[in-house]
This record gives sequence, structure tokens and C-alpha cells, in this order.
Amino acid sequence: MVDKIKTADEAVKDLKDGMTIMVGGFMACGSPENLMDAIVRKGVKNLTVIGNDGGMPPTENSSARGIGKLVAAGLVSRLIASHVGLNPQVGEGMMCGKLGCDLIPQGTLAEAIRAGGAGLGGILTPTGVGTIAAEGREIIEVDGKKYILEKPLKADFAFIRATHADKFGNFMSAKSTKTFNYVMAMAAETVVLGTEQLHEVGELDADLYHMPGTFVTYIVGGEIKWQI
Amino acid sequence: MADIKHRIAKRVAQEFKDGYVANLGIGLPTLVSNYLPEGVDVILQSENGFTGISGAAEPGKEDVDVINAGAGYVTYEKRACFFDSALSFAIIRGGHLDATVLGAMEVDEKGNLANWIVPGKMVAGMGGAMDLVTGAKKVIIAMQHTQKGAHKILKECTLPYTALNVVDLIVTEMGVMEVTEDGIVLKELHPDFSLDDIKAATGCELIISKDLKPMEVE
Repeated sequence: MVDKIKTADEAVKDLKDGMTIMVGGFMACGSPENLMDAIVRKGVKNLTVIGNDGGMPPTENSSARGIGKLVAAGLVSRLIASHVGLNPQVGEGMMCGKLGCDLIPQGTLAEAIRAGGAGLGGILTPTGVGTIAAEGREIIEVDGKKYILEKPLKADFAFIRATHADKFGNFMSAKSTKTFNYVMAMAAETVVLGTEQLHEVGELDADLYHMPGTFVTYIVGGEIKWQI
Repeated sequence: MADIKHRIAKRVAQEFKDGYVANLGIGLPTLVSNYLPEGVDVILQSENGFTGISGAAEPGKEDVDVINAGAGYVTYEKRACFFDSALSFAIIRGGHLDATVLGAMEVDEKGNLANWIVPGKMVAGMGGAMDLVTGAKKVIIAMQHTQKGAHKILKECTLPYTALNVVDLIVTEMGVMEVTEDGIVLKELHPDFSLDDIKAATGCELIISKDLKPMEVE
């Protein structure tokens, strides 16, 4: 069995300036924080980041969270997301032109990523027809109904989070941390899984895992639950 | 102000039928769950990935793995089920939601909705709103009738659209309005207001229903 267990810093060794990365989670709930920290330590620049949102900004009492760490460190030049309102640093970056932001409806984002991982040429969605979300996109009519053709999204790296994983990379993300972690596991060249619990193969019933380890390139243990 | 919000939420709650699967937006729409009629069992969906979302978590008892779509810590029912974003939006877009309740900046007489962007202001993003109003079987807009006197119910939206021809019902502190092919029909008028009041507060023609009723909330 290939040894996929790495430290966070080893797992981002091949991450380079200008790459496109996906980060799982929803407002940082379900984002792999150790992996975000490792990217900040490596200091790669001009990343295009695909994720639901801009994560959470630093506050008086806590560090930034999730994608917010990458934004706060100035590593992101383009963000593809559905909502950035909870991180004012994204808005500031957009205003001063340092950060480009493509806003995509959340369901479209999920399906475009899934399409990227599932070998589809895109998806047809009725969401956004007649709105700004349709700009620059082909409209296709099927049985008299209009759909936006949304092309698939893929990335060089996906950084995702699990609650339980085994050493082969089979994993599950608990409760509302699943978010984009499952679709992103399929859509990137290199998939880095940060996990809270790391189990021996066979230690837990195989039926507990939701996603196969065959998608996972590297496994990094040591994620801890967010401390309020 | 608080009274008005609760009045709107109480009236929206009367629209819910037993067995509904519904999604409530953050803010005023969330209040609707407090006022469901007796015997009406509704399961609420949270777009970040579960059915069976319940109230806010008590301070000190938060489960950090369970948030709502506004990043607030919440609780969940015993019958809850958690899933990923693709499945969550299959529920939303695929016609598996009986109703969604959202706020609006503008609604027009064609049922067009604008609730996500004001040009020149900081953009938050549409999040799940476009999918929700496109996919839900019934789209209920719960909002104050005007924005400090400025019309929000219009002949044509002036702000960028969230979606076209999607709004079914508008509930405000002044009344209940149904969007039809002929235009916006006033079905119920709150006793605090006259027909002239609501017409003056509305930026398009209001068709007065033949069986106009008082908007009744306790």
C-alpha cells in the first residue's frame, strides 16, 4: 500500500505560484485548517481559489479561518465562490483590484466541481437564467426550457477535511462539515485530506466511510475541532 | 419593527402545509418556524447540507460541526440527515422543496426578484438564493412593504435580478399578495392599513381580489 501519510508541509511541497486550488468547507466549517496554515507558511502567490466562500476573517479573539487565512496572507489573486459577504477582506481586495472574484450560484458551483471530477463536459442549470450569472455563458434550450451551460471546474490541488479517515484515505466528514469536501475530492490533480481522526485500515467498519481513498493523494492527521 | 417582523412571520407560517420540506432564509424568514400552526409538521432544510435544522444552539452547548447557512451554530432534530453540497442543491433545484421563504430588495409584477446585489456597493454574492427561488415549488417573499418609504414592489425591478418569474406570494406588514399572470393581486389587507395606504406604498398596480380579506394574525 502506498504511504500517503504526510506532514502538512510535505503535502504542499509541490504547490506553486499561480496554481488553482479547491478548498472544502462552508464559512470555514469543514475547512482543513492545518493545510491552510501550511500554504500560508509556504507563501505561494497568485493562487486561484475555488471554494464556497471567502472563509472567515481574523477577529480580535481569533485567527482567520479556512480560505480567510489565504486571503489575509494576500496569497489569493482570484476567488471563485458563491458568497463572500462574511469576509470583508475579500470585499476590500475586490475594491482595490488586488483580488478578482467570480461569483457563482452555490448549487452551480457544487455541480460544476462535481462535473470536473465526474468527467462531464459541463452541466445545464436553470439557475441564473436572465441574471448576471448567465453573463458570458451559453444558453441551451432543452424541451423548451432555458438552461445555462456551466463548464466543469478542476484544480491542481484540492484541500479537503475529514472527521474520520483511514490510512488508505477512505473518509467521512461529520454532520455539516461535508459541504464541498466530497465533490472536491474528485476534481483535482492532487487531493490532500486533512483529518481529525486517522485510523488503521480495517479499524472501523468500511461501511462508515462515505468516500473512497482512491481519490486521495496525501493524508495529513491532526486537524482539531474549532475551539469557540 | 420587531412586531412587524413577527406579524409577517406568523402570516407566512399559515401558508405551510403538513409534511412540507422548506428552506427559510436567514433573518426574518427564520422566525416563521416559531409560528407553524398546530398539527403542521414541517422539516427545514439548510443549504450547507442537512434536513432537520432546528433552533440556535445554546451558548456553551454548540456543536462546531453544525452550522446554518449564516454560519451560526444551530441544533438539529433527531430525524435530521446530513449530506454534501451537491446533494443539498439537488434537493433545492430538483423540485424537492415545497417552499422557500426569503427577503427581497425588490419584487415586480412579473414575479421577478432582486435580492442580492446593489451596484456600487460591496457585493456579498448570491450564495444559494438563485438556486432556492429557481427550484422551490413555492417562493414566498417575506419583507417590509417599503424600504423606509421607498417602493420595493414595482412594475419592473431596477436592481440586478436574482431570478425571473419565480415569486408566488408576497407577505408584508400591510398585506398578502399573490403574483399572477395578470399582475399582483391583493388577497389580504391588514386592518392597520387602508386600501389607499397599501396602494400608495406599492410601485405598481395592485389588483384587488374580489374576496379581499383582512390579514389575520394573532
